[in-house]
Amino acid sequence: MQSELPLYPEQASNFAPQVDGLVLFMIAVCAFFAVVICAAVIYFFFRYQRKHPDEVGVPIHGDMRLEIAWIVLPFFLLMAMFGWGAAIYVDYRHTPNDTLDITVIGKQWMWKLQQPDGRREINELHVPVNRNVRLIMASEDVIHDFSVPAFRVKMDVVPGHYNTMWFRPNKPGRYHFFCSQYCGTNHAVMGGWVTVMEQDDYAKWLSRTTGSEDPIAVGQKLYSDLACATCHQPDGKGRGPSYNGMYGSHVKLADGSTVVADDGYIRESILEPNAKIVAGYQPVMPSFQGQVTEDQIAALTAYIKALKEQAPPGKPGAAESATGKK
Amino acid sequence: MSSSQQPPLSPQPASELQQPKEHYLNATYGIRSWLLTTDHKRIAILYLISVTFFFFVGGIFASLIRIHLLTPSGYLVTPETYNKLFTMHGVAMIFFFLIPSIPAVLGNFLIPIMIGAKDLAFPKINLLSWYIYLVGGAFVLYSFATGGLDTGWTFYTPLSSIYSNSAVTPAVIGIFINGFSSILTGLNFIITVHTMRAPGMTWFRLPLFVWSHYATSLIFILGTPVIAITLLLAGLERMFHLGFFNPAYGGDPILFQHLFWFYSHPAVYIMILPAMGVISEIIPTFARKPIFGYDFIAASSIGIAVIGFIVWAHHMFLTGQSTYSALAFSFLTFLVAVPSAVKVFNWTSTLYKGSISFDTPMLYGLGFIGLFTIGGLTGLFLACLGLDIHLHDTYFVVAHFHYIMVGGAIMGYLGGIHFWWPKITGRLYPEYLARIAAITLFVGFNLTFFPQFILGYLGMPRRYHNYPPEYQVLNVMSTAGASILALGYLLPMIYLTWSMRYGKVAGKNPWPSTGLEWATDSPPLTENFRETPVVDWEPYDFLHRPELGLLGAVSKKPVPAHGDD
Repeated sequence: MQSELPLYPEQASNFAPQVDGLVLFMIAVCAFFAVVICAAVIYFFFRYQRKHPDEVGVPIHGDMRLEIAWIVLPFFLLMAMFGWGAAIYVDYRHTPNDTLDITVIGKQWMWKLQQPDGRREINELHVPVNRNVRLIMASEDVIHDFSVPAFRVKMDVVPGHYNTMWFRPNKPGRYHFFCSQYCGTNHAVMGGWVTVMEQDDYAKWLSRTTGSEDPIAVGQKLYSDLACATCHQPDGKGRGPSYNGMYGSHVKLADGSTVVADDGYIRESILEPNAKIVAGYQPVMPSFQGQVTEDQIAALTAYIKALKEQAPPGKPGAAESATGKK
Repeated sequence: MSSSQQPPLSPQPASELQQPKEHYLNATYGIRSWLLTTDHKRIAILYLISVTFFFFVGGIFASLIRIHLLTPSGYLVTPETYNKLFTMHGVAMIFFFLIPSIPAVLGNFLIPIMIGAKDLAFPKINLLSWYIYLVGGAFVLYSFATGGLDTGWTFYTPLSSIYSNSAVTPAVIGIFINGFSSILTGLNFIITVHTMRAPGMTWFRLPLFVWSHYATSLIFILGTPVIAITLLLAGLERMFHLGFFNPAYGGDPILFQHLFWFYSHPAVYIMILPAMGVISEIIPTFARKPIFGYDFIAASSIGIAVIGFIVWAHHMFLTGQSTYSALAFSFLTFLVAVPSAVKVFNWTSTLYKGSISFDTPMLYGLGFIGLFTIGGLTGLFLACLGLDIHLHDTYFVVAHFHYIMVGGAIMGYLGGIHFWWPKITGRLYPEYLARIAAITLFVGFNLTFFPQFILGYLGMPRRYHNYPPEYQVLNVMSTAGASILALGYLLPMIYLTWSMRYGKVAGKNPWPSTGLEWATDSPPLTENFRETPVVDWEPYDFLHRPELGLLGAVSKKPVPAHGDD
């Protein structure tokens, strides 16, 4: 980030300088009035302090010219603010024709995003710099809101409606995106990163396959990228069971039976989560069918395998560090 | 800051002062005499106790929120608990403290006395309002006690109607019931002001406090039924899966927001208008001169109430509403800034060539002007369509409405409590301690909420139990401010309670001030006045009131005055 105490977020889209310019104008006008009023209050307060306990003030009842002045003058300033703000908003709500369209699905508590070529991402969005990008957004459950402060844009994602928003990123980098409309328990972790890439890099990224890195590291990254930790918390108190010490153990299921947690079980649980529900948890996990490749499943399995060394929840020494969260 | 005067600046020698022998507090004794009272003053005290209880309930939730947000990963509670804390904070503070605070406590106590009446038009209905409030409050407390609710005080559907697993239904029922309390209070005020003014108390001699309560009452009776029915529909959807708002049942979640804000935006004016009324009493009293532009302040209250009804969809600029609709609502929202600005300019001008003292109520009054100005001006940022795209649902919004609600409404409430405390109890509070509390609150408030404007512009969303580490510095500042603020709220609790027994006897008119309420005993008789007062003076006129004992006051020949109705 910029400094220890930044006063405005990075400017990384066409809208950012527009919004910042307007906000400076608003701050100037409003600060002027706030300072005039506060200065007047403080000045009068000291200038006209009561000198004698029985003193009265000068009986002034009002002044029509002043009243008219401070009705009319602010009105015109307000209309200037209104007009300027309206201009930006109309531009924002009017999508240009040449957009790169990305589908965004919000659901409690993750974002599913899909590139025009079908490539899917979870809580990550890769976009090329200097291209108009349109997000076509829908919700599977409650109202969410896709918000990118560095772009100065946001839009509610409403069940039963398609909402769209557009922006033109103009600075490569990684920027937060947030869910800005309160959507329940894990609202605050329903966010991720927008990566703005040079157009060549974006093209390469689209065609790239997973590299030959350490499968555990790749798995750990996937675990964090896919937001598994949102539900599968190390202490087992999330909406899904903990992985710590799970691999190879006997897992008790909701229907009373037991299963050995092996590679096949893990793969099935990623692709068909409702097939075997661990006792004490609800069938709420979405399927990752089509969103993770076989390579990625293998990497995830390698990572979960590595977690078998961690103490399971409820036993002393349950470590948080292995999850990569916190 | 050097006042050589002994507070309060009273023209009456202290030796003359003693409590009246008979007053509303000692007229009858026993718990029944309170719980079955129809005296508007005693009902006001009942409200005072109950809203103070809810204020502290909401305040405890607020403290936990601020402690939790000390660190980016959250410090104290689980996400579920955090979500319940901010929801219950909002519900307790808005529906059970802010909305009833000034109207039901100060308005109830003062409106009949200010207009020279013996009571409100319907004393029994007034008591009924309080019982309804209690029943509503009991449902909400039941909801808090049986797990709490996590929908946000805005109850947005379909989260509240379908997806939330918390105790939403009892809370919704509680707020629904409580609405009737507001409606009855509003009805009582309007009829009382229309029909029970003393001879000579014409409409334009009414204290501005009464004007602002009249405007508030209009919103009470026109707006509250809408929130009641809206929450009822959400409750029915939740209980019986009737499709109003959930698209899965054929409903529309945006409909809920329209209905909800149709009440809840005017409700903001329910909270701030009475505070503006309090300030309009305090400032002329402690500047000892007539209020500047009486007609404009009175008319602006009505203007705010009327325009305030047609701005609601400015909460919904980013829900996908049509661009034209957004333009219209943004325009109207800017328009409502005009009457608000008129008030601020007139209050400020009232200080010009005044005789200003800095007694505690005046400190609250001046603090109110500053904080309300900041709160109002930052509202323009949110009304501005282009900026709302960035600021909507961030901490900027949180900071803005706390400047209005805490900096405005609560400062006004506390200012009013201090101003009329001598009238309510007959005794004065320790002045220096009270000034320290007022300044502590002002400093703590600004430190708590000003950093949140910056947090919001940086993009931190509302209602987050954890946040990216770059937002931590400002959150720590905010929490530090909140601890000062909490201390500032505890102080008045302590010294006001203390003063009820040990405070100096106040006398009829300790400041002195010009309203009818200061012409009767402190504390007043049950029937307020020994004989019906006749008003032959203009509001806030210190010059023609020799009985106030002020220098420069000239005697005015009594004009035989008869009311205009």
